[in-house]
Amino acid sequence: MAGNIWVLAEHWRGRLSDLTPELLTLGRELAGGLGGGTKLEAVLLGHGAQGLAAALAADGVLSVDHAALAEPNPEASCIALAALIEQRKPQAILVPLSNVAADLIGLLPARLKIALVNFCRDVRVVDGRLEARCVLYGGKLEATVTVASAPAVIGVLPGSRPASAAPSAAPPVTEVPVELPGDLRVRFEAYVDPEPGDVDVTKQDVLVSVGRGIQTQDNISLAEELAEALGGAVSASRPVIDQGWLPLTRQVGKSGATVKPKLYLAAGISGAPEHVEGMKGAALIVAVNTDPQAPIFSVAHYGYAGDVLEFLPALTAAVKARKA
Amino acid sequence: MNILVLMKMVPDIVEELEIAPDGKSLDVEAVRPIVSERDDHALEQALLLKDKYGGTVTVLAIESRDVDEVLFTALAKGVDRAIKVATGEAILTAAEAAALLARVLPAAPNLMPVQLILTGCQAIDDLDGVVAPALAERLKLPYLGIVTGVEVEADGSRATVYKEYAGGTRGRYGVCLPAVLGVQAAPKPPRYVPVAKVRAAMKSRTLETVEAPAKEETSFLEIVAMTKPQETGHAEMLEGSPEEVASKVAEILSSRGLA
Amino acid sequence: MVGAASLTEAPPEITLDGLLASSRGRDLLTCIQCGTCAGTCPYGDVLDFPPRRIIGMLREGMIEEVLASDSLLFCVTCYSCMAKCPRGLRLTEVLLPLVKEQIFARLPDVPAELQKALTNTLRYGNPQGESAKKRAAWVASAGVPVRVLSADPRPVDVLWFVECYTAYHPRGQDNCRATAKVLHALGVDFAVLGSEEKCAGECARLAGETGLFETLTDANLKVFGKYTFNRIVTSGAHAYDALAHEYPAHGLAAPVEHTTPFFARHLSALKPLFKKKLGYTVTYHDSCVLGRHNGMYEEPRQLLRALPGVKLVEMTHNRINSICCGGGGGGMWLDTFFKSKGQERLADRRVREAVATGADVLAVSCPYEVSRFEDSLKVLGYEKKMVVRDVVELLAEAMESPGAP
Repeated sequence: MAGNIWVLAEHWRGRLSDLTPELLTLGRELAGGLGGGTKLEAVLLGHGAQGLAAALAADGVLSVDHAALAEPNPEASCIALAALIEQRKPQAILVPLSNVAADLIGLLPARLKIALVNFCRDVRVVDGRLEARCVLYGGKLEATVTVASAPAVIGVLPGSRPASAAPSAAPPVTEVPVELPGDLRVRFEAYVDPEPGDVDVTKQDVLVSVGRGIQTQDNISLAEELAEALGGAVSASRPVIDQGWLPLTRQVGKSGATVKPKLYLAAGISGAPEHVEGMKGAALIVAVNTDPQAPIFSVAHYGYAGDVLEFLPALTAAVKARKA
Repeated sequence: MNILVLMKMVPDIVEELEIAPDGKSLDVEAVRPIVSERDDHALEQALLLKDKYGGTVTVLAIESRDVDEVLFTALAKGVDRAIKVATGEAILTAAEAAALLARVLPAAPNLMPVQLILTGCQAIDDLDGVVAPALAERLKLPYLGIVTGVEVEADGSRATVYKEYAGGTRGRYGVCLPAVLGVQAAPKPPRYVPVAKVRAAMKSRTLETVEAPAKEETSFLEIVAMTKPQETGHAEMLEGSPEEVASKVAEILSSRGLA
Repeated sequence: MVGAASLTEAPPEITLDGLLASSRGRDLLTCIQCGTCAGTCPYGDVLDFPPRRIIGMLREGMIEEVLASDSLLFCVTCYSCMAKCPRGLRLTEVLLPLVKEQIFARLPDVPAELQKALTNTLRYGNPQGESAKKRAAWVASAGVPVRVLSADPRPVDVLWFVECYTAYHPRGQDNCRATAKVLHALGVDFAVLGSEEKCAGECARLAGETGLFETLTDANLKVFGKYTFNRIVTSGAHAYDALAHEYPAHGLAAPVEHTTPFFARHLSALKPLFKKKLGYTVTYHDSCVLGRHNGMYEEPRQLLRALPGVKLVEMTHNRINSICCGGGGGGMWLDTFFKSKGQERLADRRVREAVATGADVLAVSCPYEVSRFEDSLKVLGYEKKMVVRDVVELLAEAMESPGAP
C-alpha cells in the first residue's frame, strides 16, 4: 500500500510562508491522482506553532513540537522528519525550496538513503507514478524525471501551483512525539536583522530592478532616475548585491525579498529561477535584456531585447514627457 | 586549523547547452566545464579563515575535464594542498559524488581529520542530491547551509556561522566542529590571482591524486527526457529603437495608472 | 618598442641595480626631475606617483612604497608623459608597464569590475564574458561577404583582426559592418579569424596583467600559424599596439596596420566611391594609440577632409595634446574605482571640449572611445547635440547612395 503525500508546512518567524499553500495545492492534486485512499498530510515542525495548522488545506496535520525546533535548525529538523518518515512511510514529501527548508533537501535523503528530486517546477501522476519536471543549469534545460521509489523527497520551486485557500474547517492535528538529542551540534542563537533606514523593497508599488546587464555601479543611477520618475525604488538580483553595488536589503530573489509590486521592471536580469522566484507575483513585469532567449522573457508580460543602458534613460524621458 | 574545500565542475551556461541524441542527457562534448560558483566562494571563505587564524587549506576535486586549472588556480591563491580523485572523468550525479567523497576522504593520506569542510551549498546540476549536506550525513558531521560568514573559536572546537534568510536577515548559529558548511557567499568576492602566478603554480606545484573506489550506488532517478524549457507563457516582445519601445511602455504604464 | 619578453634583453628589475644593468633602464635614470610628466598627466592631481616621483623614489631606495600603492591604477597609459618628456624617456613603454605589473601583483584587492574583465578575457577571450563562439555573429549582418578562415582556410592577402569591442558591442558591430563594406568596396582580399580570435590583451598588459597577455599572445600566434596571409589590418587601436609592437618579439613577422591609416593610403581609390554629401561639422579626437604613441595625426584628418560636405574643426587640445578618453591601461573597467575616489571620468572632460567646438559629430578611431564618449554625452545631457562616429563609419556613410536615409 502506497503511503500518503506529505507537505512540509514551512513557516518562519510566526507566519506560514507563501510557498506552503502552493505546495498544498500540488499535494492535493497528487494525492487525488494516486487514488486508493492516498491522503494529503501537512507536517508542521516547530515550537508552539500549532496555531498555524488551521490555515493548512490538508486532510491532517502531523505536528512535532520541540523547543529545538522553535527557529529553523537543520539538524533538529532532519532528525525529527527522518523519524517521522521512518515511522509513517509517506509516498513522498514535498519540501519548499527556500532558505528556511533548503538544508533539509540535502540532509534528509542522505540520512534515509531515499530519492531526492530537486528543482521541481511541476509534479504529476503519470501511470500511477510521480513524474516531475525539473529545472537545471540555471533554467537552461529541463529534465522530466520519474520517481521510482518511495519515500521520496521532492524539492519544489515557487510557482508550481496557485496557493490553496485556507480550509473552512481546521484539519485534525496529531501531535507526534520525537526524541531529539540534548546536545545538538547546531544551535540557533539569534537573528541579525539588517540596518533600519533603508528602503523596504517588499513595500514598493514600483521596482526598477537591475541585474548583471547594468554592467557598472555607475549605471545604477539610470535605474534610480527611472525609479524616481515612477515613484518607486531600485532593487537588484543577487550578482549586483554580491558586488556590493547595493545593500542586501535591495536583493530580490530566493536569498532576498519576495516582492509583489504593481510594476517590476527587470533591467538586465537574465531570469534564473532563484531570481524569478522573488518577483513572479508582480502584477506587471516588463523585462529588458540583450539576449532574446533570456529566461526572464518567459515570466515577463512585456519584453524588449535591447540594451538596458539605452532603454532606461529613454523610458525615464518618455515618462517625464507624459507628466509635462 | 585545517580546512578542506571541495570543488566541483558544472556546465558553463554562458555557452549553449545541447541535448544528447538519446534525448535524456546533456551532450557532454558540447559542455565547457566551469567551477561551480559557490565553490569559488567556499574557497574564498577558507582563505579568509586561513588569513585570520592560520592553519592549512586543502582543496579536493573529483577528476573532470579542465579541473586541473581550477586546482592550480587554488594553489596560486594560497591553498596548501590540491588533491584530485581519479575517476577517469566519469560523469557523476550529485548524490553519487557525495557517496564517493564520503569514502575517499577518510582514506586519503594525511587528510582527515579537518576542523571544517567548506563547499558550495548548491550547484546548478544538483538534481538528485546536494553534495555538502549529503556528505555531512554520511560522515556523521553537523551541517549548516546558505552560509555567508564564519568565525572560529580560538580552540577550534566551535564556530559561529551566519546563515542567510530573506530580506537581508541572517541567522547566527553555533556549530560544533568538525563540521561541513555549505557556503552561499564569502564575506568578500573571490580574490583575483594573476595569470602569471597560476602559470608558475602549474610549473612548480604538483597535484596529488587519490584513487576512487568503485561506484557504490546509482541514482534513484530515471530521467525520461531532457528538453529546452517549455514556456508556459512568453512576454509580448516589443520592437523598435529604445526610444520607440520606451514610448510604448510608457503608454502601457499610463493605461494601468502607473505613470 | 619592446615588451617584457624581448628577445634582445631581459626586462629591467625595478631596483636601481636592475635598471642600471639594462640599457633601457639606464635611460630612465637620466630623468632630470622636471615634472613635465606630472603636469601633463590627465590624472596628475590624484596620481601619487607620476613618473618623476617613481624615478625619484627609486633613487632614494623607496620604491617599495610605490609598489605598495594602488594609485597607479589611475594611469590610463595615455602616452602624454612620454610624448612630452624633454629627455624622450620611454615612460609609458618601459617604466610604467614594469611598475604597474609589480603593483598589480601586490594589490590586496583588485577592483571588482577590472577583475571581472580580466577573468572573462582569460576564459572567453573577451572582457565582456560572451561565448567565444559568438565572436563572429556580426558577420551574418555585415551586408557584404566576409570570409571566416576556419570555414575557408585558403591563403588571403589581409587578415583583419577584429578585436573584442568591435566584435561583441552593438556599436562596435556598426564599426565592423562599416569596415567590411569599405574593404569590400576597395576590392581588398580579406578574411577574419572569427571565434578563433582572442583579445590582443594590450589593456590587460598595461593594467599589469602580463601573464594574461602572454597567454593570449601564445593563443593568437598559434591560430595565426594555421593560416597564410600577407599582412594584418586591425580595427582595434590597442590591438594595433600589441600586434605591431609586442607580437614581433614573440615571432610575428607579418606587417601590421590600423584601419585608419590603411584607408588613408587608399584614399585615391576611395574618393570616387563617396556619393553622399554628409553635411556634418566634424571634430576629430586623436586616440592616444594612433596619435601620441604612433604619430598618426594626419591620416584620419586626410580621410575626414576628403568626405563630401564635411567641415573639420579642431578641439582646443588636439594632436599631441589630445585628452585621453580614460579607457587605456585598465581604465575601461575602473570607472567605479575612479568614482569611488571622487574623480570624474576623463571622457566627460573630453566631451565637454568636443561640444564646445559646436560640431555635430565627434569622430574617433578607437572602439573604446565610441562607448565612452556616447556614455558621457548621455550623462552630460548632450546626446541631442552631438553623435560619436568612428572614422570608418563616416567613410561607409559617404559611400551610400545620396537618397539613402
